[in-house]
Amino acid sequence: MKAKVYISYKEGILDPQGKTVGSALDSMGISRIENVRIGKYIELSFKEISKKEAESITEESCRKLLANPNTETFRFEIEEE
Amino acid sequence: MKFAILVFPGSNCDHDAYKVIDDLDGAYPSFVWHKENDLSDFDSIIIPGGFSYGDYLRAGAIAKFSPIMKAVISESKKGKKIIGICNGFQILLESELLDGALINNNRVKFRSEEVSLNTKNYNTIFTQSIPKNKEIVMPIAHRQGNYTASEDILKKLEDNNQIAFTYSDLKGGNPNGSCLDIAGVLNKQKNVLGMMPHPERASDPILGSDDGLYIFKSILMG
Repeated sequence: MKAKVYISYKEGILDPQGKTVGSALDSMGISRIENVRIGKYIELSFKEISKKEAESITEESCRKLLANPNTETFRFEIEEE
Repeated sequence: MKFAILVFPGSNCDHDAYKVIDDLDGAYPSFVWHKENDLSDFDSIIIPGGFSYGDYLRAGAIAKFSPIMKAVISESKKGKKIIGICNGFQILLESELLDGALINNNRVKFRSEEVSLNTKNYNTIFTQSIPKNKEIVMPIAHRQGNYTASEDILKKLEDNNQIAFTYSDLKGGNPNGSCLDIAGVLNKQKNVLGMMPHPERASDPILGSDDGLYIFKSILMG
């Protein structure tokens, strides 16, 4: 079982990295992109565990470590293999 | 006065801090490894700069789970003086001893240069010896020093005089885009200070400035 965790900056938090990538794309002639935001992708894998347990462990990991509640939000999907 | 200087894997300003404290009259520094769990012997705690745990995940995010941080939190409740410099500031924020967060500099650059600071509150154990209206000069060296917080937190910081330092124009102003030009903040009780600039690197005229000494001398005054 796998948890796919996506962490992104909250709206309103400046993402200078995304901005820089956005203007690079623009200067390459790839236009019409309004905004680029860069986040993190984290995979957690589990052995012999129920989907419910995997969800609650992932939730706890995000709250306690993976995301900073001041600046970031998270969401995740559990994938059964 | 006994100073604990915390050492994490990746700390790199610990020796600078040790040297500054060692040279002051009546101040006795000791290194304390992050696996220790007791700081009750010390009067003051310095969390130095560096790249604890390689800044993995977010600067300061892993260091917060080191055993020593439990001791830092319990000593902070007793009113002990705690200063976090640069990465130390990031660790204090991740540990929720201070409010807000530090994100990437607004121009995504590692900035290593001199800055000048306005002192916004002279009435603290960290700032009491700074001459009034003097802009103090010291270096910064960081990529994630852009202090950010919600409107509510910023208002609370202003109302309670918890903003210790802001960047001033003398050396070119705000280097990282921080909210309200903030360079350093205090907790509500004013016994915990976090700041991005490095006072320990401005502790001798040969380094270009010794203005950082005001902060350590203030701590010694009690």
